[in-house]
Amino acid sequence: MLRRVPWPLLVFAAALFVPALGSRFYTFVANDIVIWALFATSLNLLVGYTGLVSFGHAAYFGIGAYTTGILMKKAGLAFLLAFPAAGLVTATFALVFGFFCVRLTRIYFAMLTLAFAQIVWAICFKWNEVTGGEQGMPEIPYPDFDWVERVSGILPFLGGYRTSEYFYFVTVVLVAACFWILRRIVGSPFGRMLTTIRENPERAEFIGVNVRRYELAAFVLAGTFAGLAGGLFGIFNRGVFPDFAYWTKSAEVLIMTLLGGMGTFFGPGVGAVALILLNQQIVSYTEYWPLILGTILVVLLFAFPGGIAGTAQGFARWIGRRLGRA
Amino acid sequence: MPDPSFIFAQSLSGLTAAMYLFLIASGLSLIFGVLRVLNFAHGSFYMLGAYGAYQLVQWLGTGHGRFWWATLGAALGVAILGGLVERLLFRYLYGKEELYQLLFTYALVLILSDVAKIFWGTQQKSVSRPPGLTGSFSLFGTTVPYYNLFILLLSPAIALGFWFVLRRTRAGRFIRAAALDRETLGALGVNVDRLYLGVFMLGSFLGGLGGALVTPVKSIVPGMDTEMIVEAFIVVVIGGLGSFWGTFLGALIYGQVLSFGILFVPRFSIFSVFALMAAVLIIRPWGLLGKPLK
Repeated sequence: MLRRVPWPLLVFAAALFVPALGSRFYTFVANDIVIWALFATSLNLLVGYTGLVSFGHAAYFGIGAYTTGILMKKAGLAFLLAFPAAGLVTATFALVFGFFCVRLTRIYFAMLTLAFAQIVWAICFKWNEVTGGEQGMPEIPYPDFDWVERVSGILPFLGGYRTSEYFYFVTVVLVAACFWILRRIVGSPFGRMLTTIRENPERAEFIGVNVRRYELAAFVLAGTFAGLAGGLFGIFNRGVFPDFAYWTKSAEVLIMTLLGGMGTFFGPGVGAVALILLNQQIVSYTEYWPLILGTILVVLLFAFPGGIAGTAQGFARWIGRRLGRA
Repeated sequence: MPDPSFIFAQSLSGLTAAMYLFLIASGLSLIFGVLRVLNFAHGSFYMLGAYGAYQLVQWLGTGHGRFWWATLGAALGVAILGGLVERLLFRYLYGKEELYQLLFTYALVLILSDVAKIFWGTQQKSVSRPPGLTGSFSLFGTTVPYYNLFILLLSPAIALGFWFVLRRTRAGRFIRAAALDRETLGALGVNVDRLYLGVFMLGSFLGGLGGALVTPVKSIVPGMDTEMIVEAFIVVVIGGLGSFWGTFLGALIYGQVLSFGILFVPRFSIFSVFALMAAVLIIRPWGLLGKPLK
């Protein structure tokens, strides 16, 4: 019964209504959540579905952010071109880095992804002329929304919002499109093969699958979507900074993915919602957010390793069994 | 071409940095070698060693010999903390996925960094050099502080002592055996749980000791933990995860690359060490002196 409800569409529609609530702050938080949800979901393709633990996923987020940032601020390029460029540039980097990474397994894979991410960070941190160095690149312009005012003569319901709210709408639509594509990927034979590789790489090899090539494809896809998320985040954040690519950022997005539930499609999105809302709540009481986050993480690892989605699924099954018996 | 005395000074400073790094990274490498876990919290143990030494110096004063008691106390305190963490929490993750172990150690990083902030604030702290080692002398036109000389001698001495324990004592044989095959060692009647505890404490001790000894030359600031753990990772990856002499070699290479990188390509010296780490992982993932993991 509950399965018939088109949950993703409902969430999408609800997300579009947030600015109508009239609070700038809500829109801000929702925008943050939407972008991070895409970032975490992209990582899930790698960690949850393919079983490759990357400790350098922030590199691609950072590359995407710097790409749109540089193109829009320094080259004055339109968002319509700068956003796909983020995906393209990130995919190229992910292809080169991934080519080497998928040759390694387990801890060495994690270490090499970390090393590449730190290389990206070091370049962003020091290459002052291009990236702004340690200071980063503030004042990334918003996309141009003047056309909306012109169109709103014909379609009045479009007009009357702030630029940041227009950008929020754009973000929601783009992220929804990305989610749709990712969902298709995960459900495709290709996606099923990734899960097979996670469960048993030797067996996948035996049935004639080129495991490395599949892993590389997953790596590039995950990197690309992280890059798109980064491209949106740079604009949303009104600035791009080197710590977007620092290793602690990679750890943060891993935590988000784990909190939501690894290997379930919408889990990481749920993780983004939970973690960012919690952060907003807690930061107003105390400055010791890392302490709280660390504690949550410990509890999660010991008590709920399936994350929110995994635990909810288990609970639903338990209820189902109860009802079935009665 | 810079003059020779300058090159000498650079390589000496690289060597000093390498000796600190070796102390700290050897603890990380030891824990990895036996427990097969990369401990992100090792940098936090290093930071707590530094804050601990600072605190003990505040309490004990700066009189003769006080610094050494503070150093030893801080390192022991960190070892006990490491032991508690292993005993109460970490051991329940041994059979679990690698990712859970990594994230658990990262949770410790988050928690301990805030604990340090709660106790010591965000102002930077410093400790003065211990009496008797405050001066410096001149060597080939370079000023060398006595304290640096002391570190240059102490670190290899600890390394040798450590190597002796691993190679020549019963406990050392057990540790090496545990690194190879935990089950068989347990079946032979060795208490592997206690051995793991001991190894974790010893590794934490080395991290804490490194942190305590670095206080006279570096100021103690929040963020020193996440910075150090990345450096220690580079060192153990270059040398070979779990390899003792590899860690030593990795530290030497890291120190020289960084200090000469600053000399010749100042902007990209950090870049060069990460590139080195990536290159080693690509060409020889198990490191220069390590053995491939089975």
